[in-house]
Amino acid sequence: MIGVIASREWKSLFLSPLAWSVLGVIQLILAWIFLAQIDTFLQVQSRLAGMEGAPGLTDLIATPLFGAAVTFLMLLTPLLTMRLISDELRNGTFSLLLTAPVSMTQIVLGKYLGFMGFIAVSLGLTLLMPLSLLIGGSLDFGKLAAALLGLFLATASFAAVGLFISSLTAQPAIAAIGTYGVLLFFWIINLAAETGEQSGRLFNWLSLQSHYEFMMRGLIRTSDLIYYLLLIAAFLLLTIRRLDNRRRED
Amino acid sequence: MDTLIQAVNLVRRYGHRSAVDGLDIELARGDILGFLGPNGAGKSTTMRMLTGNLAPHGGTVKINGVDLLERPLEAKRSLGYLPETPPLYREMTVDEFLIFAARLNAVPKDHQRDAVLLAKERCGLTDVGHRLIGNLSKGYQQRVGIAQAIVHNPTVVVLDEPTVGLDPNQIREIRQLIRELGEMHAVILSTHILPEVQSLCNRVQIIDKGRTVYSARVADEESAAEILLVAFDREPSLDDLVSLEGIREADRLDNGRFQLRPYPDTAISALAGRLVAAGWGLRELTPQRRTLEQIFVELTTRESVA
Repeated sequence: MIGVIASREWKSLFLSPLAWSVLGVIQLILAWIFLAQIDTFLQVQSRLAGMEGAPGLTDLIATPLFGAAVTFLMLLTPLLTMRLISDELRNGTFSLLLTAPVSMTQIVLGKYLGFMGFIAVSLGLTLLMPLSLLIGGSLDFGKLAAALLGLFLATASFAAVGLFISSLTAQPAIAAIGTYGVLLFFWIINLAAETGEQSGRLFNWLSLQSHYEFMMRGLIRTSDLIYYLLLIAAFLLLTIRRLDNRRRED
Repeated sequence: MDTLIQAVNLVRRYGHRSAVDGLDIELARGDILGFLGPNGAGKSTTMRMLTGNLAPHGGTVKINGVDLLERPLEAKRSLGYLPETPPLYREMTVDEFLIFAARLNAVPKDHQRDAVLLAKERCGLTDVGHRLIGNLSKGYQQRVGIAQAIVHNPTVVVLDEPTVGLDPNQIREIRQLIRELGEMHAVILSTHILPEVQSLCNRVQIIDKGRTVYSARVADEESAAEILLVAFDREPSLDDLVSLEGIREADRLDNGRFQLRPYPDTAISALAGRLVAAGWGLRELTPQRRTLEQIFVELTTRESVA
């Protein structure tokens, strides 16, 4: 049942012009960054050749590319998630799911996985850029995989937040703004960490920024994985609770 | 006969206002229930509770003997529901959408194609299978909504104003379809078109302000003569008439006739005998049937008149 809902969601995203334009814009911007990074690499290539343990293609091109991708996806995900549930609430199509023999958990997971399928396609397209370097060079696949995992988990957490906020309102625009609010807050929450006190470390741990950076450098830490999985699980649970309560409250 | 829907003492509040207040509904296989009431009486709220779209604040719902609140997934397998606004994904084609509805309702994989074909045929959608739902006319969209509700051959079908937005020919087709559904299943439909209920339903339930104010079999409702029109050669006084056993109320009409309202359990034949025996020269006695419209208006406007 999760698969049925997920595949419909996935297909319907590809039927909407918004999703295609978002995909197009991501590719365009990232391709520009990719080319700029290649340019830089070519300029410094001769100097790197003489260095011991010099950074390779992966460090100089793939990592900055994925780092930029995280920022873009944070800006674009809310635009894609805003309709996930709010549209169904507004058009009355949600009652189709409510009448069918599926549980709220299956509905929410189905929608979320369908959306992550779409994200996976867009990340796959992004991944093709660094992979094209294989034509003339070699890559550190371990580092590349770690960076990709970081990018995927970060986007997955943006999507979970977006899904939850989309379930709070029937207005997509409000869902988008709300999601921006929450994501940016989680992004900058570590500004308060500058003080270096106990609470500062907590804020630092809560920040979205502080967790993908290690993965971008090729270091997968359990605490970062747990952070993302907790964040995703928490917002999915909130979504399920919220929609269950909606049946009772309004 | 097996009971397919059994809702007992349903309660639903919005804030402090009760939308549904102690409603009972019971339906057996083969029943088509016309669910009537003025706007805001709680019809849609009740239907949403019967289909698990809204959790009741009190009462129980059993679908096909399975408790909807305790075992929702199992109960919902037997449910098909067309809400007020048909739940349609406008960006899908009719075929894609119905396949999705069939899969969502756990129709086995090798039956899905047949189920969709049958639903399309029953709802007159065979020619529009490849068209986008968003581009269809309102009448066709309504039919897709009905097709979605019956694609998994549910034993209980709940239709909220199924004939809204259809032209007279389509209305006839949909009524025929509902009649067919009623043979094997239990159908509840809400509507504002009273003749529709008389031509289609075998039971009628009128609700007002969240309570049942009238519930009858359509056949009963036709045979129950609640008003008698009588005329006499020698006119008695109203007091004389009311003093006769079995008469609750009497009125003199302008055309020289009297309108009598017997007590509900009075046999008309016995009353006629007494009227003759009174010796006023009874020359006319016509049982008047109240139409559904009269019943509806009387029961749902009573309070505002008083």
